[in-house]
Parts: sequence; C-alpha cells; structure tokens
Amino acid sequence: MTELRTTALHDRHEALGASFTDFGGWLMPVRYSSDLAEHHAVRTAAGLFDISHMAEFLVEGPEAGAFLDYALAGRLSAMTDDQAKYSLVLDADGGIIDDVIVYRHNPERLMVVANAGNRAAVAEAFAERSQSFDVDIDDATDHIALVAVQGPASQEILQATPGIVDLSAALGDLKYYRMAHARFAAPGEEPVPMHVGRTGYTGEDGFELYIRASSAPALWDALLAAGEPLGLVPAGLAARDTLRLEAGMPLYGHELSRDIVPAQAGLGRVVAVDKDDFVGKSGLAAVVTPDAPVLVGLACEGRRAGRAGYAVFDATDAETPVGEITSGALSPTLGHPIAMAFVPPAASAPGTTLFIDVRGTRIPATVTDLPFYRRNK
Amino acid sequence: MTDLTALKYTAEHEWIALDGDVATVGITAYAADKLGDVVFVELPAVGSTVTAATVVGEIESTKSVGELYAPLTGEVLEINEAVVDDPSLVNADPFGAGWLVKLTVDPAAVADLLDRDAYISLTGGAE
Repeated sequence: MTELRTTALHDRHEALGASFTDFGGWLMPVRYSSDLAEHHAVRTAAGLFDISHMAEFLVEGPEAGAFLDYALAGRLSAMTDDQAKYSLVLDADGGIIDDVIVYRHNPERLMVVANAGNRAAVAEAFAERSQSFDVDIDDATDHIALVAVQGPASQEILQATPGIVDLSAALGDLKYYRMAHARFAAPGEEPVPMHVGRTGYTGEDGFELYIRASSAPALWDALLAAGEPLGLVPAGLAARDTLRLEAGMPLYGHELSRDIVPAQAGLGRVVAVDKDDFVGKSGLAAVVTPDAPVLVGLACEGRRAGRAGYAVFDATDAETPVGEITSGALSPTLGHPIAMAFVPPAASAPGTTLFIDVRGTRIPATVTDLPFYRRNK
Repeated sequence: MTDLTALKYTAEHEWIALDGDVATVGITAYAADKLGDVVFVELPAVGSTVTAATVVGEIESTKSVGELYAPLTGEVLEINEAVVDDPSLVNADPFGAGWLVKLTVDPAAVADLLDRDAYISLTGGAE
C-alpha cells in the first residue's frame, strides 16, 4: 500500500483534533468536531475547508484556449479574464473522465482544477491531447494549496482577515464564478500571490483561495482567527459531502463516471456540441439514447436514508430494480432523507413515487427537482 | 457518571453494565466517534428475545450505518426512548444518557465478555 499524501495544512488539522480519511490517495480531515455542527455552520455562518488535494494544471501558451476547447467539453476560449467555468473531461466515447473548474487568468494562462483521484487520468488526457497545440501544461498540484471559506459570512470574514492585500476587485463586487487576484502577507513576511475565486461546492456563497503551499498555514491561521468571532469553524469532508448533496452537486465516482455521458447527469448544457471538434464529440452522438438512465433527486419522509448503492424500484412488489442510488443521506438542513439516483426517463418526472430498498424495507421516495437546497440570495 | 472500569465490552464495540440479571447495553465512545453524528437508531421491540452476537438494531450516522449486536442472549426489558427521539445522545453521552437497551440475561454469561483493559487494547487505546 502506498503511503497517503498529506497537505501543507496537515499539522493544523492534527492540532484541531481532526479525524482523517483516505480521499483520492490523500489523508484528509473528515471532521473536526461534529459533521452536523460543521454542516450547519456553513449554512448559517461559515466553514473553512482544506481542499489542497485538488489537482491544479496550469495551461499556458498562445493556444491555451484552443487546446482546452479540444480537450474539454465546453468552449473555454470564449471565457473572459478572471472568469471561472465548470467543465468536463470526456473520453472518446463521451464518458466522463473528470469534472473540472477552469479559471482564466489571461488568454494565455488558464488553470484547470481537477479531482484528486483523477489527477493522473487528467494529466494523461492533457498530455495526449496537447500534442498539436502550442501550449505548456504544468501539474502544479504539489506547489499550490487550496483553502475554501464557504457560508453566508464568507465575504465578511475575508474582509476581516489581515494580510489579504492588493485585491484586483473589491470582494463585494466579485460575482459568482469570477476571481480576483490578490496577495497574502503572513505576519512579518513579504506578500505572496493568491487567487480568490468566488466559487465553491456547498451551495453557499464562498471563496476558494489558491496560494503557494508554504504560505497556506499562515493563511489558514489568519482566516480562522479573523473568522471565529463571525462563526467560522474548520469543516471536514463529511460536512462537505452532505452540503454538496443538498446543493445537488455531482461527486465524481458517484454521480459521474466513464460510464455516464453528460446529458444523463443533467450536464448537457456543459457540452458545447457546436464546437468544431473536441474529444468525445463523436462518441456522444452515438451513445446518447432516449432510454438512457438519468440522474434525479429523491426525497423521503422519516429519517432512514437510502445510501449509495441501494436499489430503487418502481413498485413495492417489483422484482427488478429500475435504478440505483449514487449518493444519499439524511439532509441536515431539510431534516428528511435525500438522495440522487439514476433511473429510466419514464420514472424521472418530478412527483413520481419510487421505492428505495433500505436494507430490506422499501421506503417510498418522491422524484424531486435538483438541487434539494437553494440558498436565499 | 458510569464507572467505566466496572463495564464489560464486546468486540462489536458495545458496553454492558450488569445489575442483578439486568444488562444495560450501549455503544462505546470509540464506536460513537467512528460513526460520526448519530441521526437515527432502530432498537429491538420490548418483550422480544434477542440472541447473542446477532444484529438487533441499527445506528445510522450522517455518513454510514452501524449495526447493533446483542452482546448476550436475553429478553428486551426496556429501550431508551430518549435516544430514539434524540439520537445525538449516543454521541454526547455514550456511556450514560446514550444507553440503548436493557436486557434480562443470565448473569453467568457476562463473565465471558471483554473487560475494559482487553477492550482498550482492541481499539489501540480508545474506549
């Protein structure tokens, strides 16, 4: 067994008493105090997440945009500076290799943020796909730390954090899926570059802060110290998972995989089908069929949650399942069980009653629009 | 406060406090911590007979589902309704207010369970 990697913030997590888990080959904090307390803190105030395990690829050169148009499903060349965009890495058959966030710093420098577990697959795809483009691709994962502040108090917390200087845009003017350039100065040290994206994975307002790994501990400390009076708590992967599920956001390996094409996961809009050519284009045309299972939300009453892998039936006495849950939990915010599942289109209309086999008991579930939770803006 | 040194344990992370022929059963702090926040418990029916080492209930956390095993064979005398109403008691006070069931058992069978030192060595130091 290979040793798990740790982030630049590992000693901070240990000092905070975190429990750890293996996530994509990294030893990551799963919780510090309580999953539920951390979840509720993000919904009502704010949570601080170490997501440095995410992989960052710097894509630089005159054909950076053209390369990404070919390598990814979206039209990345149409981005504006300081914009962020959600996209997908597809394989030739249209299956999903990973879902990514792309930030454009300028036309010749973009950053692709991939999932930790898919770092090698994305690196391999990029190496193959870049051969006929004038572009340099640098896997900067080991040098870049990523800290997320998520929750309604996020902006106030960043504004209260000393050391965040030289912001290219006032935080109050920064729109969702936009980024600012900034610098962060640890006490007694020279400022270092930092990118501040108004992005996140919790359904709340929030920021994702990219900084060189060696400066991350000082940034973490500064954010926690400034944020604690405003309700900020460190939050782990357990809270992150229930938050993203409530927000209807897919998790690779659960809702997304190489066996799923974007339209099935409700991500058809992410694919720029009218692009000249991109990896996956020909496969998508062949694979998408009218009866392919589609991703739906399921809501239940009571407290027993259907979980990933549980079978979904269209009747209490049906012998063959129509689908399977990809993620499920008792929603901390809503108080009832929620799940995402792939089911046939005929069973996917909101309001349809389906049945989840919860360890031998079939529990009724209502097909529901995603997301389950939407913040008040 | 429960006297932890007087408790018996199972490898399934249950603790047992014996009073006469009544065994009070809960899960250990180690198990509660591993599960995370407990959000649902299902306990056996009062009056039912349970068999040692069989699954008699479920303890669900936000992240996972744990099974509750009967540590001993016996009849269910009482279940902790407070925990059914507020499962977070399992995390807050696993050895006290978070107890789960009381069983009428053969006291002699308790001697075969783990003592505290044996349990702590099983978990590598936690209880």
